[in-house]
Amino acid sequence: MNIHIKNGRLIDPKNNIDALRDVFIAAGKIAAIGTAPGGFVADRVVDATGLIVVPGLIDLAARLREPGYEYMATLESEMEAAVAGGITSLACPPDTDPPLDEPGLVEMLKHRARNLNQARVYPVAALTSGLKGLELTEMAELVDAGCVAFSQADAPLTDTRVLMRAMQYAATFGFSVWLRPQDSFLAKNGVAHDGEVATRCGLAAIPVCAETIALSTMLTLARETGVKLHICRISSAAGVEMLRVAKQQGLAVSCDVSAQHVHLSEMDIGFFDPNCHLVPPLRSQRDRAALRAGLLDGPIDAICSDHTPVDEDVKQLPFAEAEAGATGLELLLPLVLKWAKEDNLALSDALAKATLQPARILGLDAGHLSVGAAADVCVFNPDTYWKVEPGALKSQGKNTPFNGIEVQGKVRFTLIDGMLVYQT
Amino acid sequence: MNNPQLNKHGELQHLLTTEGLPVRILRDILDKAATFVDVNDGLEIKKVPLLHGKSVFNVFFENSTRTRTTFEIAAKRLSADVVNLNIGSSSTSKGETLLDTVDNLCAMHADMFVVRHAQSGAAHFIARHVAPEIHVINAGDGRHAHPTQALLDMFTIRHYKKEFHNLRVAIVGDVLHSRVARSQIHALTTLGVPEVRVIAPKTLLPTMVENLGVQVYHDMAQGLRDVDVVLMLRLQNERMQGAALPSAQEYFKYYGLTEEKLARAKPDAIVMHPGPMNRGVEIDSSVADGAHSVILSQVTFGIAVRMAVMSILAGNA
Repeated sequence: MNIHIKNGRLIDPKNNIDALRDVFIAAGKIAAIGTAPGGFVADRVVDATGLIVVPGLIDLAARLREPGYEYMATLESEMEAAVAGGITSLACPPDTDPPLDEPGLVEMLKHRARNLNQARVYPVAALTSGLKGLELTEMAELVDAGCVAFSQADAPLTDTRVLMRAMQYAATFGFSVWLRPQDSFLAKNGVAHDGEVATRCGLAAIPVCAETIALSTMLTLARETGVKLHICRISSAAGVEMLRVAKQQGLAVSCDVSAQHVHLSEMDIGFFDPNCHLVPPLRSQRDRAALRAGLLDGPIDAICSDHTPVDEDVKQLPFAEAEAGATGLELLLPLVLKWAKEDNLALSDALAKATLQPARILGLDAGHLSVGAAADVCVFNPDTYWKVEPGALKSQGKNTPFNGIEVQGKVRFTLIDGMLVYQT
Repeated sequence: MNNPQLNKHGELQHLLTTEGLPVRILRDILDKAATFVDVNDGLEIKKVPLLHGKSVFNVFFENSTRTRTTFEIAAKRLSADVVNLNIGSSSTSKGETLLDTVDNLCAMHADMFVVRHAQSGAAHFIARHVAPEIHVINAGDGRHAHPTQALLDMFTIRHYKKEFHNLRVAIVGDVLHSRVARSQIHALTTLGVPEVRVIAPKTLLPTMVENLGVQVYHDMAQGLRDVDVVLMLRLQNERMQGAALPSAQEYFKYYGLTEEKLARAKPDAIVMHPGPMNRGVEIDSSVADGAHSVILSQVTFGIAVRMAVMSILAGNA
């Protein structure tokens, strides 16, 4: 099917384009930009007048909850939410039940996702069996089965010898290791940033040093082993600074931050809003400013949704007992746009953090609309204001700290491999 | 963000914390409590029919005998019907969610819930979910707040010291885990106490505690110098695990209140404790039973203050 997206403002960070350009799609790929290739006859014309055309968003952390937590969300519901949010590729962490630690589980997930014909799913497999932090998984087999990286999700890996061995083994094959830095002893029982709000509210706290100590261990071992390290969900100014130094020293490390942490701080907990119970905890306003700065000048490469659908029964509880996490697939784009607007950024620079940069971290030739690339495209209206109403979200998870907030930017069309998978 | 404790007329709808309460409301509660104390009759508390026909549910998710009893006495002196529910040992252990429990209690047509829960923020959570005509009184939520305790402490201070604006008050002990300390600090600063000190080792103080408006002391002798009021906190036995403290003996030596240390305070200083006391751990018996101690007055005033809170809430329908 040939598709002609006409009159849209094309923003393609990789190719440095931000201009009114038509996009021509044939056989699932970008056939031409600007002028139609010879003999092109459109089967479908998408009128993008007043709309912005960008590479489909790529999300580094989206929990689809399968297998094991189908009562919280299903592949069907979350894949639908992804394309409604303009997300065409997503990586899912291994914290399912059972965890993604066997090739069969990865194959099953890939197969189920493929049959839904929606966003591309890139499973991140468990670094250790059962995420227990004791024994290595069959990494090479898991990659053959289709996983793209290895992670502990939010499970602790306290034994530094196991961590070093895991990195060495991954480095042998050139695999990436994705880790969220948190010292499990310092974070024990904690539910909020160790700062003014936790002190006022009497919430058990997680100090910044829980992040920096773990990060220091990870960076040291990455240097030692030469592994490709990706740091997930950085939360503190001190952590950003350590990454800045590590990168300046030439270490092959990348880093992401959640869209929630770009916008919120501990202050948003207010009167114990359980939707602000997040992992890692929302930190101070100073930390949030450092995360934003880190996105612009190097230490942080990408913004992810950290999509964590949670059902009402486990969220509607007193703060500490409420399950952590926020639904995010449908809010990633508006939150990136909100950040761009608040900090007065070029849209292209902001959108690169959710398209081109995550593609690089995943090692994919994606996140751009070069001629010949797969036609994964998101077309959105930048001027549509809409109020976040949990009930209207496609995700089964209705848990969002942005409940009731007005955001800007609504996806109109999502294409994957040149197929229109979402339109409104 | 609206203050969840106040109704649209700015009156007290729930009592969840002393933080953010206007000083007029704090003073109203103290003044109202004074009307229930018959000073001429050995601090006797009168019985009045202000809550006649109302039902007060004591909903305790965490065990407590003392606090529950004083709330029960207060409600009965106001002629309310009182129902005591110890949920800690029933519903939640059967898997019922907190919301289900709250819904069920609402369906029993309570007028007022007195709630205690082990989690910080539980009282706010319950207040957010009850029917609009129900009032919630926080009888202690996790480490967060215990407003009636703080108010009875304020009443006691006012009874003995008359004014707040010329006082130096020291809070001694495990501030980190104490809902009482947090509520005391907010009440004291709101009522205009110019100098509030906290005295504890660093392991028992929360981060940035000075942002609550207190001065931090680690040396008890220095911290108690020239204070008018000493508010002791209870030290939970479990603090000896988890590396917060080495031993009860060492704690008593450096942070236990003895006559010798109390001598640093003003000669007419008063000593208070929310109970139950660990004699020989945070306070020496000679001080607890000594001339400076007003600990038993606190208990008596506690009933009057809880009567005041309940009658004010019932009046703000």
